[in-house]
Amino acid sequence: MKLQEFQAKAQLAGYGIAVPKGQVALTSEDALATARGLGSSHLAVKAQIQAGGRGLAGGVRLVAGAEEAAQAAGALLGSRLATAQTGPQGRQVRQVLVEEAIQSSRNLYLSLSIDAVTGEVVVLAGAEGSDNIEDRLLRGEARLESLPLGAGRELDRKQALELAMRIGLGAELAHRFADLLERLRRAFTELDATLIEINPLAVTARDEFVALDAKIILDDNALFRHPDLAALADEDGDEIEIVAQRRNLNYVRMDGNVGLVVNGAGLGLATLDMVRAANGRPANFMDIRTTATSLDVAFGFTLLLNNPAVRSILVNVHGGGMQPCDIIADGLGVAMRRTGRSCPTVVRLDGNNAEYARFRFDNFGCKVIDCPDMWTAATRAVAAANA
Amino acid sequence: MAILVDHNTRVICQGMTGWAGTHYSAAMMEYGTNVVGGVRLGKGGSHHLNLPVFDTVAEAITVTGANASMIFVPPPTAADAMIEAIEAEMPLVVALTERVPVQDMLRVRDCLKGSRTVLVGPNSQGILAPGLCKIGVMATGSERKGEIGVISRSASLTSEVTAQLSRAGLGQSTTVGIGGDAIHGLSMRDCFELFLRDPDTGGVVVIGEIGGAEEQELAEFVAETRPDIPVVALVVGRHAPAERRMGHAGAFQKGVGDAQSKIDALAAAGAIIASSPHLVGETMRKALQLKAA
Repeated sequence: MKLQEFQAKAQLAGYGIAVPKGQVALTSEDALATARGLGSSHLAVKAQIQAGGRGLAGGVRLVAGAEEAAQAAGALLGSRLATAQTGPQGRQVRQVLVEEAIQSSRNLYLSLSIDAVTGEVVVLAGAEGSDNIEDRLLRGEARLESLPLGAGRELDRKQALELAMRIGLGAELAHRFADLLERLRRAFTELDATLIEINPLAVTARDEFVALDAKIILDDNALFRHPDLAALADEDGDEIEIVAQRRNLNYVRMDGNVGLVVNGAGLGLATLDMVRAANGRPANFMDIRTTATSLDVAFGFTLLLNNPAVRSILVNVHGGGMQPCDIIADGLGVAMRRTGRSCPTVVRLDGNNAEYARFRFDNFGCKVIDCPDMWTAATRAVAAANA
Repeated sequence: MAILVDHNTRVICQGMTGWAGTHYSAAMMEYGTNVVGGVRLGKGGSHHLNLPVFDTVAEAITVTGANASMIFVPPPTAADAMIEAIEAEMPLVVALTERVPVQDMLRVRDCLKGSRTVLVGPNSQGILAPGLCKIGVMATGSERKGEIGVISRSASLTSEVTAQLSRAGLGQSTTVGIGGDAIHGLSMRDCFELFLRDPDTGGVVVIGEIGGAEEQELAEFVAETRPDIPVVALVVGRHAPAERRMGHAGAFQKGVGDAQSKIDALAAAGAIIASSPHLVGETMRKALQLKAA
């Protein structure tokens, strides 16, 4: 679960990490009141969407005075913001963060994340933070220094100081940097985070660190330990995807015309690859989790049947020990009866209860194109979509 | 033969008295696995599936001589169950639980350092040595006894590839689900090394996907050891939706998480890349034919 910037900053502030003074606003009137309350002539108005690249996309406005802040908020609220990470359709801006703009003498990059190779928490720090850090890293124009934190919960202060030196901080700043890292280390563990990223981390004229932006991703699997944080879930993602999640379907909307119904994440990725290899365009990614019932599967089919862009449906199922093929067949049958719609449906069934699933398709009166292997099914589905 | 399991494998199930533990323990016994007991704190002394239930793993080992444990404990206490088994020096622990908090797995990984336990999983479908031993939740029926080892991060693709291999006339020595989570026990590389040391494994299929760097780690090992058995690799996720590929700066820095760099690394190391997910079995068959010629 990703926290919005203002939520992430509130969490960091709770650990004694400095963030700009500010407040979230839902209307331009709110923004005006907040801006007046801040009493600063240099303000930032920042669109709160859960995607990076906001600065370059015009989602962060630096303004002078409360009236300009209200105007900026009015322009951003309700608009759709398309950044490099949202895709062309963008995300609707429903709230903005109004905060004091901080004059910084330097901007650094700092993050804590989990290194899957070593199985440890790792700090990444860079002498230059910026909006397009990912691109610059890929192009080799920026570099990050890393410090693995080991399994102990205590930070090795000497190593933290060395890291500070490596990114060019002087002795006094290095000590403050180590303090900051200690706080972040505690926050990371206590929040069950998988990522805390501060980019940029400002160094002010008075040599203080201020988190100008903050990104926190929490471990969804650990939310049961954090009911307070789970309640913050402010999902500005695709509504359909969020509802599908509750129905035990990992569903991601894509822009093609071949609807996919697949059990298992690996097989789901494999099916996307095959549809693309067959020169088709998938309308979605779907991974039916093992806990899904046939009614959950019916919900997944309904999403596709109700999507006018979907011209054919490809069902690629390998019945496993937990989820036999007939559950998927029942799902399609129920969805067709409920919606009264149908769509050319190509199926590839293998594994547990494949035969029984064919029988169920017949029972429901579903006319499906039954293919012996995945590749034949993928090409047939693509041909049907383009017919 | 097989890796990780053999004729002498004696399995206990941690969490056997729950729904999943009951169902899959029974299915394993039906397959022929020697399940010797269960563990559930508070139910020690009782019986379940006609097997003794113990309060602790250590006690179960002492009484039954168990040398493998399968974990079906729910996510909040799954890591503690793994740590209990590791501390009791259980030689093999197969964790099937999905959705274990990642920071709990950091504790488990730390506990594994220097231990005698091989941990497989979590979020694994388990281990299947056809005709010999099944520890896990996979469907059976399409597997055949034979000489191909399968290492996989995906349960669904393991079933698929197993069926393809059997159709191509190739049986399997062992299929191992190393787990779909970022932090887990036995790595691809270490699993591969076990297959290399197994005289009865004559080829290995590796099923990888986007994320992490295990495929590259394996590639390095393959390049170093230049094994004389064919290694066929399938890496899926080349066309995953953009947001699933998008990470933070940490992921970008290494430039290793995407499917293409994994494929490139494995190909450069001498692995044969299956050109499509439906061709894995055939690719292995041809590779073995070529080797025999």
